[in-house]
Amino acid sequence: MTFHYDAAVADRGVDLTFDIAPGRTLALLGPNGAGKSTALAVAAGLLRPDTGRVVLDGRPLTVTGHDERDVLVAPYDRQVSLLAQEPLLFPHLSLLDNVAFGPRSRGAGRAGSRTVARRWLGEVGIAELADRRPAQVSGGQAQRAAVARALAADPRLLLLDEPMAALDVAVTPALRQTLRRVLADRTVLLVTHDALDALLLADEVAVIEDGRIVDQGETAQVLAQPRSRFTAQIAGLNMITGTWRDGAVLTPAGLRIEGRPDGPVPRTGDPAVAVFPPRAVSVFLDDPGGSPRNALRVTITHLEPQGGQIRVRTEELSADVTPQAAAELDLAPGSAAYFVVKATEIAVYAT
Amino acid sequence: MAAPSGRVGVPAWIFVPAAAGAAFVLLPLAAIVLRTPWSRFLDLLVSPASVEALLLSLRTSGTSTLLCVLFGVPMALVLARTTFRGQGVLRSLVLLPLVLPPVVGGIALLYTFGRRGLLGETFEVLGIQVAFSTTAVVLAQTFVALPFLVVSLEGALRTAGQRYEVVAATLGARPTTVFRRVTLPLVLPGLVSGAVLAFARSLGEFGATITFAGSLQGVTRTLPLEIYLRRETDAQAAVALSLVLVVVAILVIGFARQGRSSL
Repeated sequence: MTFHYDAAVADRGVDLTFDIAPGRTLALLGPNGAGKSTALAVAAGLLRPDTGRVVLDGRPLTVTGHDERDVLVAPYDRQVSLLAQEPLLFPHLSLLDNVAFGPRSRGAGRAGSRTVARRWLGEVGIAELADRRPAQVSGGQAQRAAVARALAADPRLLLLDEPMAALDVAVTPALRQTLRRVLADRTVLLVTHDALDALLLADEVAVIEDGRIVDQGETAQVLAQPRSRFTAQIAGLNMITGTWRDGAVLTPAGLRIEGRPDGPVPRTGDPAVAVFPPRAVSVFLDDPGGSPRNALRVTITHLEPQGGQIRVRTEELSADVTPQAAAELDLAPGSAAYFVVKATEIAVYAT
Repeated sequence: MAAPSGRVGVPAWIFVPAAAGAAFVLLPLAAIVLRTPWSRFLDLLVSPASVEALLLSLRTSGTSTLLCVLFGVPMALVLARTTFRGQGVLRSLVLLPLVLPPVVGGIALLYTFGRRGLLGETFEVLGIQVAFSTTAVVLAQTFVALPFLVVSLEGALRTAGQRYEVVAATLGARPTTVFRRVTLPLVLPGLVSGAVLAFARSLGEFGATITFAGSLQGVTRTLPLEIYLRRETDAQAAVALSLVLVVVAILVIGFARQGRSSL
């Protein structure tokens, strides 16, 4: 009982193979044009691959170019819902009827589907907007309604296409939290170019470059220890996991990382992750002291050029410094240093 | 990106030909209003022949608009949402009545549905004679008006795009459900303005009607035909009836604009 995807689309140069176990979320992470949307279109039945086999819970949805007979199940018959970048709520229907659309299309009565719709609107926190038209709500509220609509259709597989990309940054943390909650037990294929989305929403991540998967595995592992330079480029986020205590993430090793919570503040003792980009890290040879800074004692393992900068890598973290700074500090693999990050540059998420 | 607000303006001399053009369109309308015999206006309008012609016009135009919707909506959908070989050629041919002289259309219809026409004998066997009947009026009007609806609706369908339809399909809606609950409501303004245009074109139809349906009072003599005939015997009556059609045309433009602005 799983989602199996193996398809090639020649004219777009995309050839991907992956599986998603039931109840798991896989993120396809890659830049625009890498082939992520092609995968979604094939999974949704909107695009016929040149060769491929797409199977959901043992039922072949798309089969082409194999020995057996070709199969192309129509989009409406796949039980695969699509949540796009834009909410795409039907403008002529109220939010309630938008969400009720899926159940109604699958044969439920008007009253029954509205009951389901109300429950889902409540689940995403906009029950009071049920009678509004899409034009009368904000972008974030519309995207919440779109999430409710996709889930109300009771899909066996949910496709998310950059669900946060078109939203105001002010509302993304809250929506991300909602998605985390409602996606918890669902089989989800998430397409994104944002490593943070992958980190917070996906159990596993597959990194796509030029239509091929170049890195794949558990999310935290892939993002923290990128095996390809490409992954490091696009993922390249520093992540320190621990528990939330007194305004900081406390790691098992006893380190204390101060940061600002993005979205709801975690409760004391909750697991949390501190996230910061390599460019936010300054490198010193001695502990510079002073608050509100986090100084982490590290041992450098690699130095590699990256986009005009030098990426300084340790077992778990990385920092970007200018070539001049790297030369002045005389950094080399094996040398000890301090990674210093301002608390304001560190975003903390409950996990 | 939105264009910056403010305008650069147009050269001053451009207003002269623009005003001349506007006057060219508006003056004849004013002439009709000025020449309307207001003292006899009501009498002329309610004369049996006028009433009969007006009612026949409304009835046939209503019917042909309905036919345009019944056939035009599927045609627009096929043109906008599918691709097949020869589609471009087919589209051009379907739109041909837009540019064809109506009298030619009338002749074409005559050789299709007329007694000696392509399908005429078939109809004859069935005991139906199409030419020179009210049915012929409706056919002539539908023939010339259909492209208006198809063009207008195909444009609306292309503007609306397929993104909502894709979402509806992934939510489990069958093609018919998508058409009924998503596509049609989304293009309704375009459909309404297309239907209004088709109605207006039907109402004004002259050439194809007189060629294919003739001019029998109460049967095929629609308002434009009545106006043309009256002009020789009672010019004032022709002017009065013309004014009626002018008013209808102005109403139609109002409707069509409303439909478009709500898109």
